[in-house]
Amino acid sequence: MTENILEVRDLVKHYPIHRGVVFKKTIGHVKAVDGVSFELRQGETLGVVGESGCGKSTLARVLMNLEKPTAGSVHYKGQDISKLSGGALRRLRRQIQLVMQDPYTSLNPRMTVGDLIGEPFEIHPEVAPKGSRRGKVKELLDLVGLNPEHINRYPHQFSGGQRQRIGIARALALRPEIIVCDEPVSALDVSIQAQVMNLLEKLQAEFGLSYVFIAHDLSVVRHLSNRVAVMYLGKIVEVGTEDEIYERPTHPYTQALLSAVPVPDPTVREHKAIIRLTGDVPSPANPPSGCRFRTRCWKAQEVCAREVPLLQIRSGSDHPSACHFAEKREIVATHEAA
Amino acid sequence: MSDILVSEQSAAGASGRPAGRLLEVDDLRVEFRTRDGVAKVINGVTYHVDAGETLAVLGESGSGKSVTAQTIMGILDTPPGFVTGGQARFHGKDMLKMSFEERRRIRGEGIAMIFQDALSALNPVFTVGFQIAEQFRVRRGMSRSDAKKRAIEMLDQVKIPNAKGRFSNYPHQFSGGMRQRAMIAMSLALDPEVLIADEPTTALDVTVQAQIMDLLAELQRERQMGMILITHDLGVVADVADRIAVMYAGRIVEEADVYDLYAKPAHPYTLGLLNSIPRLDEKGQELRTIKGLPPNLMNIPPGCPFNPRCPMAQAVCREKLPPLLQIGAGRASACHFAEELVNRD
Repeated sequence: MTENILEVRDLVKHYPIHRGVVFKKTIGHVKAVDGVSFELRQGETLGVVGESGCGKSTLARVLMNLEKPTAGSVHYKGQDISKLSGGALRRLRRQIQLVMQDPYTSLNPRMTVGDLIGEPFEIHPEVAPKGSRRGKVKELLDLVGLNPEHINRYPHQFSGGQRQRIGIARALALRPEIIVCDEPVSALDVSIQAQVMNLLEKLQAEFGLSYVFIAHDLSVVRHLSNRVAVMYLGKIVEVGTEDEIYERPTHPYTQALLSAVPVPDPTVREHKAIIRLTGDVPSPANPPSGCRFRTRCWKAQEVCAREVPLLQIRSGSDHPSACHFAEKREIVATHEAA
Repeated sequence: MSDILVSEQSAAGASGRPAGRLLEVDDLRVEFRTRDGVAKVINGVTYHVDAGETLAVLGESGSGKSVTAQTIMGILDTPPGFVTGGQARFHGKDMLKMSFEERRRIRGEGIAMIFQDALSALNPVFTVGFQIAEQFRVRRGMSRSDAKKRAIEMLDQVKIPNAKGRFSNYPHQFSGGMRQRAMIAMSLALDPEVLIADEPTTALDVTVQAQIMDLLAELQRERQMGMILITHDLGVVADVADRIAVMYAGRIVEEADVYDLYAKPAHPYTLGLLNSIPRLDEKGQELRTIKGLPPNLMNIPPGCPFNPRCPMAQAVCREKLPPLLQIGAGRASACHFAEELVNRD
């Protein structure tokens, strides 16, 4: 087994809810991330899936140390990122970079592509001395499939997919070991999405990158990931290899999520059993007691309200699953069956 | 109102249109005149919807699928948008030539529309209940209390729990899925014959998306509505559509029954789309992508607009625009090599 490059232990991020203007009083907390543990191995892609509000983007921000965690730790090669500050933090940030979702708002419209991609070198001059920067930027543009001669153009002169390539080039500039991708393809059209996904795979093979790939699209995550973590209301409910999660899911939420994904094949229409979840995701400010999924779960019993199910390997599950009643169930209607 | 429609229907029936044909878009052309030039957004779109069927209009952003719908509804922003040709017939009568008053009567009762983003489509300063009841008051002349009763019934029909209590909530008090339900209630209030759903579930999570699509399918069956589902999601289309029209650069490039389209696409663009989606049911290899970008609508390439990205392109594709031609029962393709594409294995 390859070594763990990133270890996340019991990570918690709560945001206080205030009332009042002058005499602010904290009246509660939004429990965006509430006790998340996982590890990222060298060279692998860990997919993180979940619906909106499950805390996956907050997780990305805490991993990048853009937000300090309320509790818990993020270890990069044995060093706790969340405890670092100043120069030490800056040096470490070189190794972990972020690709954001929206290529329209994450690029400064007043900067040229050359400035945008070259900006990381200003902060880390040791990577590229001043004279060689333009050359480096051109190399990066070429690497992500853009024309190096467009170095003086502005973001608005590029399409969405091209802008996302600029974002990727910028993340690659400092030769990081880890890239956290927060919904990198969800704003893109189908035909463009595939191009960017192929690019991410190519870069991973070329530079041995490790990805934390956050997305809500289960098909995209399956395509790119080696291992997958499923999040619900700030917690990981199930984690395993791509095969374990998609072929042998054991948590009811994972099963429901997978069954709801429309399969692009009309012939599976009839023999596809959708597990219908009722209602909406509860508020993360006031999550249900015990298992957080129990309010929408068809298996819920009295024990689910009382005891928080731990994320562990159980009798009904060959991989960690946070359900008292974890058991295998085949979900994905394959077209071979058709 | 209803008697006008009936007389139109019988008149149209005599002219030999298929029974149940509700809406026909015929060679529609729309351009956007902007400071930077003229963008030809719709370049001859033809499709139709019959009662009780779901037509999916599939396309990527900029393909013109939403603008077509806006033109049908008469909510195209003019300027910059101008209709430069074609017809949009409802029960055989061209809506583009109608007076404002006539069109207004069709909206809601004849054709209704639901939008992608329910939060911006609903008015934030009125309660959800008021916005639904308003239609009954204005269009049906109901009293305030009757209208409220009907609105609560509508909310109940779209399965909003505690409809009575929810009547006086504002849109921001609803979750995303509930807002979409409220908008469906609003669009169906006057019992339209055609429902245009413009990306109704794109902003929603998968579990909620499944709920909403189920609801739409159920209501459509009950009411025998014709539905135009505008989407970019090949998965949703496979689940609910009867027929599909694929759009590219403001034209329909392929039209087919849903099973035929997925089994044997007759246009290289459709084939490319199907190849480029990652699938849940298989761990894929490298995705086969469509190279390049969609064309700039101010400068559409000569010949077939897809030719610069097409792996099958020949000299003829750069010179001659392929018309949308019938290639079999209920199938049409706008590709010079459609036959070869369908017949190859």
